[in-house]
Amino acid sequence: MAEQMEKNSLKKNVLSAQIDLSKFNFDESSFEKATEEEKRQQDVMSESTTFFKDGMKKLMRNPLAVASIIVLVLILGVIIVAPHVVPYSYSQIISVNGKRDKTAKNLKPFEYSENELKYMEEGGKVFPHIMGTDSQCRDYFIRVVYGTRVSLSVGLFASILVLIIGLLYGSISGYLGGKVDLIMMRVVDIIYSLPDMLVIILLSVVLNETLKPLLEGTILQKLGVNMISLFIVYGLLYWVGMARLVRGQILTIKNNEYVLAAKATGAKGGRIIMKHIIPNCISVIIISTALQIPSAIFTESYLSFIGLGVQAPMPSLGSLANTAREGLQSYPYKLIFPAVVICLIVLSLNLLGDGLRDAFDPKLKK
Amino acid sequence: MSSEYLIEVEDLKQYFPIKTGFFKTTPLKAVDGVTFQIKPGETLGLVGESGCGKTTVGRSILRLYEPTSGTVKYNGEVITDKNMAEHRKNMQMVFQDPYSSLNPRMTVEDIIGEPLDVHKLYSNRKERREKILGLMELVGLNAEHATRYAHEFSGGQRQRIGIARALAVNPKFIVCDEAVSALDVSIQAQVINMFEDLQEKLGVAYLFIAHDLLVVRHISTRIAVMYLGKVVEIGDADEVYDHPIHPYTESLLSAVPIPDPIIAKKSQRIVLSGDVPSPMNMPTGCAFRTRCRYATDKCAEVCPSLADKGNGHMVACHNR
Repeated sequence: MAEQMEKNSLKKNVLSAQIDLSKFNFDESSFEKATEEEKRQQDVMSESTTFFKDGMKKLMRNPLAVASIIVLVLILGVIIVAPHVVPYSYSQIISVNGKRDKTAKNLKPFEYSENELKYMEEGGKVFPHIMGTDSQCRDYFIRVVYGTRVSLSVGLFASILVLIIGLLYGSISGYLGGKVDLIMMRVVDIIYSLPDMLVIILLSVVLNETLKPLLEGTILQKLGVNMISLFIVYGLLYWVGMARLVRGQILTIKNNEYVLAAKATGAKGGRIIMKHIIPNCISVIIISTALQIPSAIFTESYLSFIGLGVQAPMPSLGSLANTAREGLQSYPYKLIFPAVVICLIVLSLNLLGDGLRDAFDPKLKK
Repeated sequence: MSSEYLIEVEDLKQYFPIKTGFFKTTPLKAVDGVTFQIKPGETLGLVGESGCGKTTVGRSILRLYEPTSGTVKYNGEVITDKNMAEHRKNMQMVFQDPYSSLNPRMTVEDIIGEPLDVHKLYSNRKERREKILGLMELVGLNAEHATRYAHEFSGGQRQRIGIARALAVNPKFIVCDEAVSALDVSIQAQVINMFEDLQEKLGVAYLFIAHDLLVVRHISTRIAVMYLGKVVEIGDADEVYDHPIHPYTESLLSAVPIPDPIIAKKSQRIVLSGDVPSPMNMPTGCAFRTRCRYATDKCAEVCPSLADKGNGHMVACHNR
């Protein structure tokens, strides 16, 4: 017996990786039948994760992005809630006990005017002026809140406008290709080469005059002609970057075999763009829109600062900063408040955009 | 108008313009006058080396490229741009790469359901879902896979999804463009068996494009051999494999690895000299003459056309 085993092991190649089974003793008890549950576990595939879920998970792991989401949510909460809580209006002089309070001029944060102090002594309640008041006896906090509302909505709507125009133009140009693409892209190049600030200023001056009679009596009038012309100008000038981006994405995606497969099933151009191409470049588009919002807010602030922005008495962060400039020596805090809010919004949107890019760009996968 | 053949390809030419100078373009003759027929329920294997125009033939038949000239008939009816939209229901394609031919942002249900959506082949959501589940069962996928995304599957399963998509419109003809080349051998066998089962069940005809000669022999009823955009030999599968006539087919078949080392030692490999000529600058006469051992002066002057050598075995050669 031992001799035979020796023979067996001699036959085996020294370098062979084959396991010598004769060294083990197998019998019935060595094997166990798999239970039903174990069998089922073999069948279950790994949990289904979508691209979106995966990206959100990565985004939530980025502390800067999470912090900027928190800041944005806080700002949004304040500008939604504050007008219902604070008893002052952005356009009206503060009134105490039904009477206009002319003494509440240029108050410091949390300071009360003479009339208010008198009223409080009599037992009345006065809501504190968190950021003081301005030179026309208006509560400054509520003006900053409204200014933020205006600036944020300008940023959002202008970016959506840019998104729509850029997406349509870029996807048509990229999908059709050839001569159409060539001509469409030269138009983009021309618009790209214009000095944008100069064009914005010129166009808003011209549009101001032409739009005024058109908006008479509509809701849009309250927003101000300047604001509408700002949207138009922004939409006209800034879609080019988005269009280039979308075109570039589409050029790479349309050569994929799944697009060819869709063509083979008989899908038309519109369906291919909507179902196959756009969903595959949507992450890049979302990120670039997120980065577009601060740029729009910045443009609005800039235009308001030079007097082409929203119509008084409606405040915007830029026009508030502009008014604060006059009394900068005596009341520096009036510039600080709107400036800090602009900084917070722009910074957090930029950081969020960066975070989104890191989370959703498959090329940056670790 | 009906005919004996399901698909008739006549003198199909597909040239691509290539920019060679600032204003000059030279045509790249990817497919240069290809003629063949496929009967209902038959499989035609299309073989040839890389870059000989196999894939282009498949795509031109389905009008994914606009053919330069030549006609494709379906059931005796000439296919034009206008009636192609209707014929897409009858002719479908399975792609080579199961990784890039499925949209990563769509669920399996939507991928398979796309042809149904395009041709509006259902009346309500329930019917759509039932059809999709039926197709998934047909190709051996579980119903619970319907809500998953393509990247969650293995190569073989992905190819099944691609096949289910092609079958969704109930086609009579499917172009399998190297449908098993990207799969490993065991999965290849599964998928090929599935192709055969489906042919038995549904009676579809295949144009089976591949470069694995043994796979093609296994699945095909007839075989066409292509060289530089032309069909050089076409005939019954066993006939072409056992008695190759064209010198190119001979050397191609001699390159097939033989599993038995004793027979392999005895067999002689015909090695071609030189490289494939550029399809932008084709030799005159027979395209193969630059590498042919039998080439004569006549080959340089006259391009040989396919001639019947018996039993429907057609060969394009002057000397054999």
